[in-house]
Formats: sequence, C-alpha cells, structure tokens
Amino acid sequence: MDFSKKKEGRMQTEDMPEKKSSRRDFMKKMSIAAAAGSAGLVVGGCSGTPATEKMGLKWEEYFKKHYRLMTQEEKDATVTRLERLAKLDRGIDVQMSNQGPHEQVLFGYAFNISRCKGYMDCVEACVKENNLDRRGKTQYVRVFEMDPGQLDPTAGDGQYHHEVPVKNKFYMGVQCFHCENAPCIKACPTKATWREPDGIVVIDYDWCIGCRYCLAACPYWGRRFNWGDPEVPKDEINLNQHYLGNRMRMKGVMEKCTFCIQRTRKGKLPACADACPTGSRVFGNLLDPNSEIRFVLANKKVFRFKEDLGTDPKFWYFMD
Amino acid sequence: MTTTSRKGFAAFISDCARWALTGGIAYKLYLAALFGLIGAGIYAYSQQFQYGLRITGMSDIVSWGLYISNFTFFVGVAAAAVMLILPAYILKDKDLHKVVIIGEGVAVGALVMCLLFITVDMGGPLKVWHMIPGIGLFNWPSSILTWDMLVLNGYLALNSLVPLYILYCNYHGRNPVGWKYKPFVFLSIFWAISIHMTTAFLYQGLPARPFWNNPLLGPRFLASAFAAGPAVIMMVLIVIKESTSYPIDTNIFKKLKRIIVASAIINLVMLFSEVFKEFYTFTHHSLSAQYLFFGLEGHNSLVPWIWTAISLNILGTLLFAFDPTKCNPKYLMVAAISLFTGIWIEKGFGLIIPGFVPSPLGEVVDYTPSILEIMITVGILAAGAFVVTMLIKPALVIEMRLREQAGAAGGGE
Ligand code: SF4
Ligand code: SF4
Repeated sequence: MDFSKKKEGRMQTEDMPEKKSSRRDFMKKMSIAAAAGSAGLVVGGCSGTPATEKMGLKWEEYFKKHYRLMTQEEKDATVTRLERLAKLDRGIDVQMSNQGPHEQVLFGYAFNISRCKGYMDCVEACVKENNLDRRGKTQYVRVFEMDPGQLDPTAGDGQYHHEVPVKNKFYMGVQCFHCENAPCIKACPTKATWREPDGIVVIDYDWCIGCRYCLAACPYWGRRFNWGDPEVPKDEINLNQHYLGNRMRMKGVMEKCTFCIQRTRKGKLPACADACPTGSRVFGNLLDPNSEIRFVLANKKVFRFKEDLGTDPKFWYFMD
Repeated sequence: MTTTSRKGFAAFISDCARWALTGGIAYKLYLAALFGLIGAGIYAYSQQFQYGLRITGMSDIVSWGLYISNFTFFVGVAAAAVMLILPAYILKDKDLHKVVIIGEGVAVGALVMCLLFITVDMGGPLKVWHMIPGIGLFNWPSSILTWDMLVLNGYLALNSLVPLYILYCNYHGRNPVGWKYKPFVFLSIFWAISIHMTTAFLYQGLPARPFWNNPLLGPRFLASAFAAGPAVIMMVLIVIKESTSYPIDTNIFKKLKRIIVASAIINLVMLFSEVFKEFYTFTHHSLSAQYLFFGLEGHNSLVPWIWTAISLNILGTLLFAFDPTKCNPKYLMVAAISLFTGIWIEKGFGLIIPGFVPSPLGEVVDYTPSILEIMITVGILAAGAFVVTMLIKPALVIEMRLREQAGAAGGGE
C-alpha cells in the first residue's frame, strides 16, 4: 500500500496553514487584555472567585487560535483550561489529551457485510464513548437493513426497529468514511475541519462557525450538527477525552466520527469495533503489512460506497 | 421641508437623515410597522441565540432552510441592479439614468439582507472573526463560501460608494466627475454577474447533491434574477410614482418590462429543459426533483409551493408580455408581484430544500420552518425594506432639487 504513503507525504506538506507570528502575538495580547478587563469588570478588580476565573478562562478560550497554528505549549494550555472549565461548569474531572498522530500510521476500516447481524451494539458503544447528545439522539454510526439484491445503503432501511437477526436480510454500517479527498474539508470556509496525518478527519469545535457547508458537501451524510446544547447525563460522561475527539461539544458546531481518536491514538480499537459481537468490524493501520485490515484488503473482495465520486474513503465493505 | 444647500459631508449626512425620517402620517405608520417587524425579529433571534438553531425547523437532513433560501434569492435581486446600471451608464439611456439610483438602493438593501441571512444561519455568529483573513483562517481559494463572502462584500461596497459619490456631488449642485466613478461602474457590472455565479457555484460545486450539481444552475439563476430583480425595482418605482411627486416616465416602465419579459422567457425555457432532463430519463438522481414536483414516499410538503410558484411565474410572464393597458401602474404592480413571488418560491424553497431530500443515505423527511424562524426571516425582510427606504428617500429629494435647479437655470436662459 505504498500509494497511501505517497499521498500521505503530499498531504502533510500542502494545505498546512502558515504560521503568522505577528498575528499570534496580536491575538495573545488581545486575549490577555480582554481577560484582565472582564475580570476587572465583573468583581471590581478582586480576583479569585470561581465566577471571575470562569470568565477569564472563557475569554482566553474565545481569543485562542486555530488548533493547527498552536505550539505544543499552547495546546497544553488550552487543554488545561478546558479541563478546568469542565470542573467549574459541570463539576467533572476530565482528562483531556491532545496527543498527536504516530509516525507511519494511516488508519483504515473494513466492514464485513456477510457477518453483521444488525445488533447495533456499535451504535450504543459509540454514543457512550463519544458523549453524543442524548436529547437529539445523535448517532455517528448508522446501520441499514438491506434486502438481498442490493449493495447500496440508500436502498436499505435505516430506521428498522425489531428483533434481529432476521432471515434473508443483511446489514451495512455507515459513518464518516474519512475520505482522503474529502469534499467537506474543501468546503469549510475557516479550515475548521482537516485531515490529520494518520488519516482521521477531525474538527476543531472551537474554530467551527457552524455554517454547515461541510454537511451539505459530504456525500455520505457523515456529519452531525449541534442544533442545541448537547445533553449528556453527568454520570454518563466519558471523562477520557481528546481535544479533537469526544470532548463536550457546544451548540452551533459540527461534529462527526473521529475513529475514536481518544482511543485509537493510544493503540486501542474504536468503540464500535470493540463492541461488535460478530467481529464484523476490522480496524487497523494500513501502513502495517501485518495488520488485519491489510489482510482483508489483500484477500477479500472489497468495495466502497459511491466510488464514482473520487472521495477515496478509508472505509471498505467486504464479504467472507 | 427645507432643501437649501449646505456644504460639507456632515451637512450632507444630517440632511439625508432628516429627509429620510420626515414624511406624512402614512409614511410614519409604514416606518412604525417596519420597526415592529424588526423588533419581533430581534426577539425571535434572541431566542435562537440562547437555545441554538434547534428552535428552527432544520435538521441534520435538511440542514439549510428558510434563511439560506432567502439569501440565495436576494443575491439575485442584488445583482439585478446591473440591468439598470448597464443601459444607464454604458448605453447612456436617459430614461433609465433617472431611476438608476433606485436600482442601486434596492441592491444595497438586498445585500444587507443577504449578509443578515448568512449571519442568522450561523451556529457561532460570535466566531465570524475566524474567517477574517489575517486574524482568522480564510480557506481561500478552496472554499466557495469564502469567494462568496468576498464578492458579496465587494459588491456591497461598490453599490454603496458609487451612488454615495454621485448623490454627494448632486447635493452640492455639482455634476459628478466621470473618471472618478465610471471605472467602478464598469467593475460593478462584472461584479454583479460574479456574485450570481459564485452563489450558484456554492451549490453547483457539490457532487454530493445531484439536484444542485448541474451546469445549468448558474445561468438559470442569472436569468431568473434578471426577471425578479427588475420586478422588485418596478414595484418600488410604482410605489414612488403613486405616493410622491417624483416624476417617473412611462418609458421607464416600458423598458423595464422588456427586460423582464426577455429574462422571464429565458428562465422558463431553461426550467423546461431541466424538467425534461429529470423526468424523461428518470434516474436515481431525479429523486430530488420528484420530491419537489410530485412528492416522495408520502412526503410532499413542497408540492403545493412549487406548483404555485410555476403558475405565478407563467402568469407574471404572460401579464408582462401581453399588456393591454399599455403600462398602467396598477396592472404592472399585479404582474410584478406575481412574477416576483413565483421566482421567490422557486429560487428559494424550490432550489435549496430538494437538494437535501432525499439525504445522501436515501432518507426522506419534510421541512417546515418554525414560527420563530419565520419571525426572524420577516424581521430581516423588514430591515431590508427599511434600508432601501432610508437610501431612496433622501436620494429622491436631492435628485428633485437638482432637476429643479437645472429647470430654473434652463428657464432663465
Ligand atoms: S465521509 Fe463525509 S464527513 Fe467524512 S471525510 Fe468524507 S466527506 Fe468528510
Ligand atoms: S460548519 Fe464548521 S466545520 Fe463545517 S464548514 Fe462550517 S465552519 Fe467548517
């Protein structure tokens, strides 16, 4: 699979936002001045109360820059601020990571349509792992029930609600396919969404302005918008979070599957692959010749959804 | 009302403000009504700001609704001012030159509405600075949305500064100096086409949405705008003719009518061509069109709208094409309203919503705007009407005065 490596190299050099130190200094001064000003305004100069602290943190968060322009210290600082804010806002002790990609890793996914029986354990695991909005019933993973004779999820039923397995039906899971040539990235006016070197397409929730152009551009319906503030019961919040992954989103921003970046960058499987009782979900490093996903791609008949659009997704379907 | 000339920019602005706000009782009522609608819109928006866009009828499947539909339509209206600017400045058409300022006022109002619609549609309006080049990250040239931002703001600048300069000169009883504004007029003509095409490309450039991914979208957009835009301008002219002493020649209506009929016919031909393509060879990609015209899987909320739109479209075109009254203002008003409404529904709702249905995963849902969403939309329309009024009213006073001076000078010779 050295084609992916080649493209990988190209991807890293192009499209990286250039760093502008003057801009950075300017924004930094702005944020400090603003934080100081607001703190002064709220409690007449005496600092230290939680309300002032929150105000100050929020101001600094508001004026922070795009994640990809941050130095490692700045990334650490924002993560610390967000952890503190989670404590102040919700009273929870979050561990937020900003771990970067590993060298020589390109994630890929394969889905076995002859094994999946439609239990939807993957959906449930994803909802819990990624702190998905319970009120709006957000789901990154959808499973479509298919009749024989079709291979296109658009022909299936994504709303089925009955006991499985069912005779003469098969199932196709869909989610964000982490396209190499992703229309959503091209569309975003603020570069708030991009593809990481390990192939994960992520969103900086704090940078997204919520225009939803990426949602219109995605041919796989891979994106979800926060129409209101997402609601997750406090005791169900997953505290192991990643800045680009399952940290709490806010109203008005886009979100999507991140291949469970908070797990996979630590060498674990995504929650959906972990939860699947039938072993239909294969996840791994496309650059590792001994990985299971490489075995599937080399030995099974695989196909991808809407191949004609040239999006080059990193998600394959296969049959036993 | 005093119209004696004072000097300087401050006097110009304060006089304009005074002329804009004074008027008879009907005018005061009209302004009060606008303020009421704007106030209701602001209230509704405060709700949206607090609770998020979930107070609208939009969903992850139909993720753009009333706001973006109206945005799209009013880009067309804004661009249509060029149909007056081109003959007035380039072809030196005397009649149209007298009303070109009104066209420009309508364009500015439409652009203000466009920018407001975009802003209320955003999930994070406080984060707009993220797309200001320099302090934010501007994804140019990759994202068509950044192009659209550039051309819309540029067009707004052109269409405000040129008339401002001309009025400022006229206010002081001078003739504007050609080389100081003519280049910008030329520029604004190309620019008008570009705001249109860029906005069409916003949709046309998405292979994910076969309903939009159609090379005819841009041109058809242009044709429908060149019918709807002059129709709006005609409505404004009729209101001015009926309610003020500002003289508006019947010739102007004749010329506008010609423009409208030509564009409306081209629009209908292209509509027909599109309908043919969608339904003669019925492919998977025609499902959106089927949803729009006939409904899909029992969902048919757009069907009555689109047929109303098409009927009004044809009716308006016919009324304009065969005018037995020879430009009776009341007759023209009916024709303009029917054509305008037809294109409004067709280019707004009828263009945006079906692009989302069925979803890329084949799911069909209906979209109905919420009351708050409608209130915000109406508030923005009222704000646009207010801007147009505030611009046109003083402009007319200044133009009248200039004409009286010219008339007096001519009589004295
Ligand atoms: S599936 Fe959609 S959201 Fe995911 S990378 Fe591709 S275009 Fe983007
Ligand atoms: S919604 Fe957010 S991520 Fe999507 S295009 Fe807009 S700014 Fe970019």
